[in-house]
Amino acid sequence: MTALTTALRDPSATLPRRVSPRATVSQTLTLAWRATMKMRRNFEQMFDVTIQPLLFTAMFAGIFGGAISGSVSDYLPIIIPGLVGQTVMTACVATGVQLREDMDKGVFDRFKVLPIARIAPLAGPMVADMLRYLIAGTLTFLTGMVIGYRPGGGVFGVVAAILFGVFAGWSLAWIFTWFGTIGRTAQGVQATSLMIMFPLTFISNAFVPTETMPSWLRAFAEVNPVSHVISALRDLANDGQVTADLGWAVLGLAVIIAIFAPLSVRSFNRKM
Amino acid sequence: MDETIPAVRAEGLVKTFGELRAVDRVDLEVRRGQVFGVLGPNGAGKTTMLKILATLLTIDEGRAEVFGHDVRREPHVVRQLLGVTGQYASVDENLTATENLMLFARLQAVDRQTARRTAATLLEQFDLSQAANKPISAFSGGMRRRLDLAASLITRPPLIFLDEPTTGLDPRTRGQMWETIRELVANGCTVLLTTQYLDEADQLADRIAVIDHGRKVAEGTSDELKSSIGRSTLTLNLVERSEIPSAAEVAHRLVGEPPTLTPEARRLTVPLQRSDQAVDVLVTLRDHGIAIESVNVQKPSLDEVFLALTGHDTHEDDAGGRAGDGADSTTDSTSHLEIVR
Ligand SMILES: Nc1ncnc2c1ncn2[C@@H]1O[C@H](COP(=O)(O)OP(=O)(O)O)[C@@H](O)[C@H]1O
Ligand SMILES: [Mg+2]
Repeated sequence: MTALTTALRDPSATLPRRVSPRATVSQTLTLAWRATMKMRRNFEQMFDVTIQPLLFTAMFAGIFGGAISGSVSDYLPIIIPGLVGQTVMTACVATGVQLREDMDKGVFDRFKVLPIARIAPLAGPMVADMLRYLIAGTLTFLTGMVIGYRPGGGVFGVVAAILFGVFAGWSLAWIFTWFGTIGRTAQGVQATSLMIMFPLTFISNAFVPTETMPSWLRAFAEVNPVSHVISALRDLANDGQVTADLGWAVLGLAVIIAIFAPLSVRSFNRKM
Repeated sequence: MDETIPAVRAEGLVKTFGELRAVDRVDLEVRRGQVFGVLGPNGAGKTTMLKILATLLTIDEGRAEVFGHDVRREPHVVRQLLGVTGQYASVDENLTATENLMLFARLQAVDRQTARRTAATLLEQFDLSQAANKPISAFSGGMRRRLDLAASLITRPPLIFLDEPTTGLDPRTRGQMWETIRELVANGCTVLLTTQYLDEADQLADRIAVIDHGRKVAEGTSDELKSSIGRSTLTLNLVERSEIPSAAEVAHRLVGEPPTLTPEARRLTVPLQRSDQAVDVLVTLRDHGIAIESVNVQKPSLDEVFLALTGHDTHEDDAGGRAGDGADSTTDSTSHLEIVR
């Protein structure tokens, strides 16, 4: 009985009129915890960052290796960072799709009536998904090393590349998060996201040198932020170097955040 | 702040969806400590009204306050004073019962220890201790509802909104829910609930507003409404057809109105001012040595209430509106008192 007999919250007390920044952070972290519990209980939702990197890394290295660089071992320093970019992109798509699915669930109705920051239910899963990008990046590098990749950047270079990959994933995820907030169904969000994800990933320097592309594709590939992200990943992992590409990549990602974060937040708030 | 400020006050509330005025100029005042029932058929606008008051939908016209705080201007304050349990359970399917309660408590800055303790007590209170660490996907409808209500109570808000709290529940679970609601009120909580059942409003609510097509068509205490909208009747089947005239005379004298006679069925139907008059009629008939075969007291049904208040019945534009509430066989507002010799 005690639960119902403890004192009621006093309606006459002075209550805060808005959520403080500190409370917003704490609510976001609580909702990130919720998202990680969900990951643990629905492990099939993690296939894109666990099984897929293993399969794709072995497969792509074998298929493209001989054709492009003459030998698989020459190709590994090119393709492994490329695959890190690609798996992180795939994981980003899932961020948007899962947000859409989540928003249709009953528990979202409760989030709406709780006195919490309106942004927290969006920010929580986005923070938790950084864990997915981390797993995807790490597993791709590890698989690469198992099949013979020897990153010249050493431990520092690889760790830096993985962390940069996580940041890139989080930034790019805003695009797909926006789709998640405007789409009407999870399937629709998935379809739209793939339509964007494939050109961004494949019309880049991820798997083949851009010089081999027709000029109009090359023009796109060279301004594609994903290309710069992948170049930066290569420079970090293979040479342990911070190059201009990292700067361009960060700039490109910042532009993406500047465009898609406000769009997402606005359309999400409309639904909250 | 003034203690006399009502828990909820709404004036001229309007919500439109395209052409449809789902809530149409509704005024409402819920005093502190009251159970206020909003009674209306499916599609009347009950959920929409609650959602407006709970800051979930914007107000098109009019204004609303919760404990004196404007719903439009101070939504965050309003949310801190409210617990809402919707028509459909809003808990996380991926978490266990305990984790759900912990989540909602932690989101509202309850420290971990207190959250854990309160969660355990609430689960016990709601008869869910056994299932505390089971995933919600294994829960029955009734268990979900109870967990949902527990989730609304975890920070002890002084005002609770319950949207059709017992629709779809079996009679036993419904009884438990009623008990819980009474306990809440006994502890000082104010409750605003919606229902499709006159019976439920009658059992729980101090004051009832009847709404239809978004409009409030009547408001009052249960007794006030009942006397204004319809009356109970007592149907008697006699053993001897020949005793009908004398029985009719007795009944007429007691209730002040002539009963309707159906001699071929040895039946008379007595209009009642109050339900307890039924007993007077029965006792007096026995004193006169008139043998009764069966007795049936019928309260006005929701359909009759609506017919009386709105001139149309509850199902008119909503074919089988209550069909979805399959588990309810006891909810038609007829109470039977059968005495068979
Ligand atoms: N989001 C919405 N968009 C359009 N119409 C709606 C929406 N929500 C409710 N309605 C309509 O408003 C009316 C009132 O609905 P509701 O408040 O759910 O009724 P109740 O809860 O009394 O059954 C219904 O006719 C319903 O179809
Ligand atoms: Mg409803």
